[in-house]
Amino acid sequence: MSWFKRQGNTIESGVEKSVRTEGLWFKCEGCSQVIWKADVEANQQICPKCGRHYRIDARARIEALLEPGYELVDLELKSTDPLDFSDLKSYKSRLKKAQESTGLNDAIVNATGMLGKHRVVLSVMEYSFIGGSMGAVVGETIARAVDRAIADRLPLIIISASGGARMMEGIVSLMQLAKISAALGRLDELRVPYISVLTDPTTGGVTASFAMLGDLNIAEPGALIGFAGPRVIEQTIRQKLPEGFQRSEFLLEHGMLDAVVDRRELKSYLSRALDFMQPV
Amino acid sequence: MTQQAAKVEQTGTGTPEQVRAAAEPVLPRWQKTELARHPQRPDPMAFIESIFTDFSEIHGDRAFGDDPAMSCGFARFQGQEVMVIGNVKGRTTKEKVFRKFGMPDPEGYRKALRVMKIAEKFNRPVFTFIDLMGANPGLGAEERGQAEAIARNLREMSRLRVPTIATITGEGGSGGALALAVADRVLMLETAIYSVISPEACASIMWRDASKRALAAQALKATAEDVKALACVDDVVPEPGAGAHTAPEEASRLLSEKLAWHLSELKALPVEELLARRYDKFRNIAQFYTA
Ligand SMILES: [Zn+2]
Repeated sequence: MSWFKRQGNTIESGVEKSVRTEGLWFKCEGCSQVIWKADVEANQQICPKCGRHYRIDARARIEALLEPGYELVDLELKSTDPLDFSDLKSYKSRLKKAQESTGLNDAIVNATGMLGKHRVVLSVMEYSFIGGSMGAVVGETIARAVDRAIADRLPLIIISASGGARMMEGIVSLMQLAKISAALGRLDELRVPYISVLTDPTTGGVTASFAMLGDLNIAEPGALIGFAGPRVIEQTIRQKLPEGFQRSEFLLEHGMLDAVVDRRELKSYLSRALDFMQPV
Repeated sequence: MTQQAAKVEQTGTGTPEQVRAAAEPVLPRWQKTELARHPQRPDPMAFIESIFTDFSEIHGDRAFGDDPAMSCGFARFQGQEVMVIGNVKGRTTKEKVFRKFGMPDPEGYRKALRVMKIAEKFNRPVFTFIDLMGANPGLGAEERGQAEAIARNLREMSRLRVPTIATITGEGGSGGALALAVADRVLMLETAIYSVISPEACASIMWRDASKRALAAQALKATAEDVKALACVDDVVPEPGAGAHTAPEEASRLLSEKLAWHLSELKALPVEELLARRYDKFRNIAQFYTA
């Protein structure tokens, strides 16, 4: 399960698709027009000309969805490197680098607060932390978000951005799929709402667990969403994949998503859905 | 890796033999990986055929098709009515292709869940047997929701109201294996492996060289001994001689003994206790972090 497969062998990725680089202008990947960066940043990282969605970091996401006064929680966990894993670099050094560049302990941020008039638990993945990959810290932190939703009967929203399980934690990372899915089973039995929001990219073990288990599974436009990475599939079937394969719109067409929602409409969509899901 | 191999590795020099040795150093975890994949190793169906009687197959997912890579059915285990699920790898080349080398599509996972629900309704224990590289990575599998099928199995297995025992008999390949292994008891055969990624794929990503698979196997710690030490499985089943393929009947007997022991333990638990224990096990599994 492989967040890494589609990234052309670069491990710490995520920066190149964000527009926060040097210079005031950049060429949009969607419409090829030259865009003033400040316009994109002021527009939740969306191209004002064509609507192309660029990646947005976890904290900006929380800021955009929750009313002022929200609280960041469960931030304290740090990986212990259970396999003492090393390839060409040590996992410990990759962790350290990611922690320094993101200011986070791992690829996840939990928050509680108000989304419109609804108090919610929000768990947001951070793609720029080792490809948003899920090891024991991400798994436990999301499970704690589920626990909070269970304890206080609060709606849960998880925003995914991940290449899948974190290879450097081996079987430990695989077990996180089971951990979170079991917790979501209990949440489901209590009829507490859970909305999954899939953003670019959501693949591998994250898609194959909590991202597909929402009462609603919704996605941002143009997001890559799948189980196997496109390169793995191409190698397996020995042919080029069709245009738009594994994009949000493709999944919608194949019945795998409830809706594709523009980031600028996300808050009002979630708020509306939570109105419907309120206990009566 | 031997010191010499390490040296060759660093300098890129040496005799052709040394270069080859460096490319594929003999490492214990890679040797176990090769045993887990041994072509003569009994596959899940071989274990099922020798451990259970009166197997009666149930086909289809009632939505799209019948996955030839997954076999499910009711059977008897030492006289008790049980549900049995295993992936099917195929034995001849032609059959291997038909069975997709044992890699299930979404309809395979959905069929498995469907029969688990039948077992639940009639209060019969469920046994799963797993030996697969992973879920099938194909165009159709993506179109029909491979991820959704696996995710649903994880959640539903976690709350299935009957005893469940999963056995990794050979290769436990990532989410495709886990989708049959959220069970009360998860067993691994002694030379089986259970991993989030294959050594080959790991090597090609992290070493940018698939031939470094032995190094990747060493780093991934996916042998039964490792996975048990990480408390990600419950029990390890001994294998006869130099591996299950050297004495398949004895391998089945040893597995059968373990299955009987675990089943009797699980059957002694009231269902709410069974579910609470299963939940707690997975909720607290693999906690490797500091606060
Ligand atoms: Zn544009």
